[in-house]
Amino acid sequence: MKIKTLSRSVDEYTRERSQDLQRVFHNFDPSLRPMEKAVEYQRALTAAKLEKIFARPFVGAMDGHRDGISCMAKNPNYLKGIFSASMDGDIRLWDISSRRTVCQFPGHQGAVRGLTASTDGNVLVSCGTDCTVRLWNVPRPTLEDSNISSENSIEPSATYVWKNAFWAVDHQFEGELFATAGAQLDIWNHNRSQPVQSFQWGTDSVISVRFNPGEPDILATSASDRSITIYDLRMSSAARKIIMMTKTNSIAWNPMEPMNLTAANEDGSCYSFDGRKLDEAKCVHKDHVSAVMDIDFSPTGREFVTGSYDRSVRIFPYNGGHSREIYHTKRMQRVFCVKYSCDATYVISGSDDTNLRLWKAKASEQLGVILPREQKKHEYNEAVKNRYKHLPEVKRIVRHRHLPKPIYKAMAIIRTVNDSKRRKEARRKAHSAPGTVVTKPLRKRKIIKEVE
Amino acid sequence: MEISSEDNNLMEKVLPTVEQESDVELETKVKKYLRGEGANLETLKDKKLKTQLASREKLYGKSAKAAAKIEKWLLPAEAGYLETEGLEKTWRVKQTDIANEVDILSSRNQYDIVLPDFGPYKLDFTASGRHMLAGGRKGHLALLDMMNMSLIKEIQVRETVRDVAFLHNDQFFAAAQKKYAYIYGRDGTELHCLKERGPVARLRFLKNHFLLASVNMSGQLHYQDVTHGGMVASIRTGKGRTDVMEVNPYNSVVGLGHSGGTVTMWKPTSQAPLVQMQCHPGPVSSVAFHPNGHLMATSGKERKIKIWDLRKFEEVQTIHSFHAKTLSFSQKGLLAAGTGSFVQILGDSSGGSSHNYTRYMNHSMVKGYQIEKVMFRPYEDVIGIGHSMGWSSILIPGSGEPNFDSWVANPFETSKQRREKEVHSLLDKLPPETIMLDPSKIGAMRPSRRKEKPSRGEIEAEKEVAIEAAKSTELKNKTKGRNKPSKRTKKKKEMVENAKRTFPEQEHNTAIKKRRIVEDAAAELPTSLKRFARKN
Repeated sequence: MKIKTLSRSVDEYTRERSQDLQRVFHNFDPSLRPMEKAVEYQRALTAAKLEKIFARPFVGAMDGHRDGISCMAKNPNYLKGIFSASMDGDIRLWDISSRRTVCQFPGHQGAVRGLTASTDGNVLVSCGTDCTVRLWNVPRPTLEDSNISSENSIEPSATYVWKNAFWAVDHQFEGELFATAGAQLDIWNHNRSQPVQSFQWGTDSVISVRFNPGEPDILATSASDRSITIYDLRMSSAARKIIMMTKTNSIAWNPMEPMNLTAANEDGSCYSFDGRKLDEAKCVHKDHVSAVMDIDFSPTGREFVTGSYDRSVRIFPYNGGHSREIYHTKRMQRVFCVKYSCDATYVISGSDDTNLRLWKAKASEQLGVILPREQKKHEYNEAVKNRYKHLPEVKRIVRHRHLPKPIYKAMAIIRTVNDSKRRKEARRKAHSAPGTVVTKPLRKRKIIKEVE
Repeated sequence: MEISSEDNNLMEKVLPTVEQESDVELETKVKKYLRGEGANLETLKDKKLKTQLASREKLYGKSAKAAAKIEKWLLPAEAGYLETEGLEKTWRVKQTDIANEVDILSSRNQYDIVLPDFGPYKLDFTASGRHMLAGGRKGHLALLDMMNMSLIKEIQVRETVRDVAFLHNDQFFAAAQKKYAYIYGRDGTELHCLKERGPVARLRFLKNHFLLASVNMSGQLHYQDVTHGGMVASIRTGKGRTDVMEVNPYNSVVGLGHSGGTVTMWKPTSQAPLVQMQCHPGPVSSVAFHPNGHLMATSGKERKIKIWDLRKFEEVQTIHSFHAKTLSFSQKGLLAAGTGSFVQILGDSSGGSSHNYTRYMNHSMVKGYQIEKVMFRPYEDVIGIGHSMGWSSILIPGSGEPNFDSWVANPFETSKQRREKEVHSLLDKLPPETIMLDPSKIGAMRPSRRKEKPSRGEIEAEKEVAIEAAKSTELKNKTKGRNKPSKRTKKKKEMVENAKRTFPEQEHNTAIKKRRIVEDAAAELPTSLKRFARKN
């Protein structure tokens, strides 16, 4: 007969020397783990609670401007720096890690309306209500730059005066051209003191302009006649234009899917469009209660941040209708511009109260160097929370955000207004002949017409 | 095998038989790791959700396959076995024969400890099988480390000890003594005296919930949370004194065996039993649960051992043997039955869904030893037998799980690992509401219906508890002549009425009978006359 019994020798199952790691054995058999679903659910609950405990999104404020901040620009080559301009013509370059001004660019006589940096990071372009466009040489940050306290000011390398006040400026992604928005859309070259090209469609002024990150010759603009227009520089004419119900304050292209753009609208929602098919919005992002002033995409293309007139900053997923996160402070007044940092970790907001604020993009994220085991634990917590986030107890914790009272009340009012509209529409439909009352989907409702 | 170019396609389908078998084996393993059927995605209309769920299902399939392959190739140890050749029968193999064939380390696990003065011994093992607790009826408690075969601590409490149980690890254990139950630390200091329970007959610990369950000499079931000491539930079973109590490891329900032959299952959040099964014509002697949660073995005085399927609550097999005083299932599904001085191990000869327990091994000890408890040691091929003259341990090849998981139970734990595990298991402590007959329902979405009505028995039980509570509340002692006895009785009656009012009235019996008569009459009519039947 053949007999074998289990006998485990201690050497095989314990470590040899005290410097070694402890030995770990796995057996994934589900019969060894009774009640595994309940344990997983309990872990999801704990993970949701821990996330809320560690959620401290506000990192710091950058103080220095003397008037409300009107626009910001990212330097694509230098992660730590951000440019900001205020309503009294003061342009500064900030170092985000120490939250101090590196250098100032004085010169504008009125409000600075647009700020942008060239792709190689050497040239800063600014435009303002004093009808000038100024070009500046950005100082290269050297390794001996430890004395950031020296506030040196820089003279503009070029100043171009033109006929009308400017509203926005954007630089082409690969090239020497930049576009300004004013009474019409002007395309400039760095070296020319007059615009190289001019576009106009209708008589209204152009409010914002944005170049496409994928195609260097395509740009989108929004005008005060409630329209969004896409121009192609090679064709030297406008490609297409749609007119919406309310004015668009800002536009952002998705850096990972360059044919999609998202428009920040005056009615509190953001509309995502496919640039090739503008007659219907791909997605409507609806959570702000007041006009959305600025929008910026994360470099991952999966999220975007919006700043609104209702004193809050929200982060939306690129394909979801509601915001993932809201940031607000009592001291932060109307938010006029937001930027997502180039490493997708921070969000910077510039607001009316002369401060730039630095927030974490993921509120409970641990910054700094994370050990691989910590990283695995964070990923596990995230995954187990996402698995059970539809169940009521976990959902309640994950969803919970404190809203400032005016926003909370405004949202309640908006909800009742929409509910009653919907109910009325449903009753009208129920009491009329089938087919006479047609409800347009929200994605189409806000677009009046498309013009070629 | 000659392969021509035209038969190339055929070759892929006609694999050599060995590989086909292993494919089938892998399939069954994959099924085990998939933990049930995949979701039916055809009924979904939302395309986005459908694609997300489909990709997730694919991921589950991949991980199940990877786990199955790991099980096949990467696990360090293999299960034990006892195979006989020719005319030999497995139950004729004696422990001495086994000792001759096995290695020295295993043969150390066969021993008899003779302590005749301290009465029949009850045993308990920790979850990893490393530590053992032995409690003698005359008050001897001993904590041993089985890996080094050393005694950690022994104390003499000088009272009768009816049962012993480990708490979550070897640092704490509980003993059911003459009047109360006590909790001791590893070094023998008495930490707590659990007075609320009264004299306890059986103690069991629910690991995931940190609940100490006990049944006392008047048939009351108590659940106490050992992390904060609060009593979670005290349930009056209403079936009299019993000392047959076991915990089902799959879903943590407590099964009690009663003297009327019924086995009832309880959870701490309800006053009425979950299930009542009539198992034996006479008193139930012992109950044991299979680790997969589907099988239960019960034994009665009529010398039968019955195996029940807990999913359908049906009897699967009856074994005509002896009056088994104690039963125990091993991790691999072997059933041990002990009576007098004889232990019989039964094994499942057919795999899969049909269970057929047959004799596997026998062991008879010295005539005078009366077996009190048999218990398989986790992760080892060993069974511990507590009897009137001490305790013994014998080898049963193929009873223990060969591969342990360090995160679940680690027999080679260091003290640092033990402390970490304690903290993690406290973080994962489940609330008592998660105890239910089918634990896989947790996390599933409830089908949208109105709330299920609790059964009549449950409502009655809760009503009784509420009335008891109302009766036992103490009224404030009023002064200045307001404390008349007539007013006090009136107030008490009012409180009992209020307690009763919270339970809506049950339908009167006669109304039910009337309706049933009408329905029966309607059913007897031929179909053409059915529309003239009385509708009430």
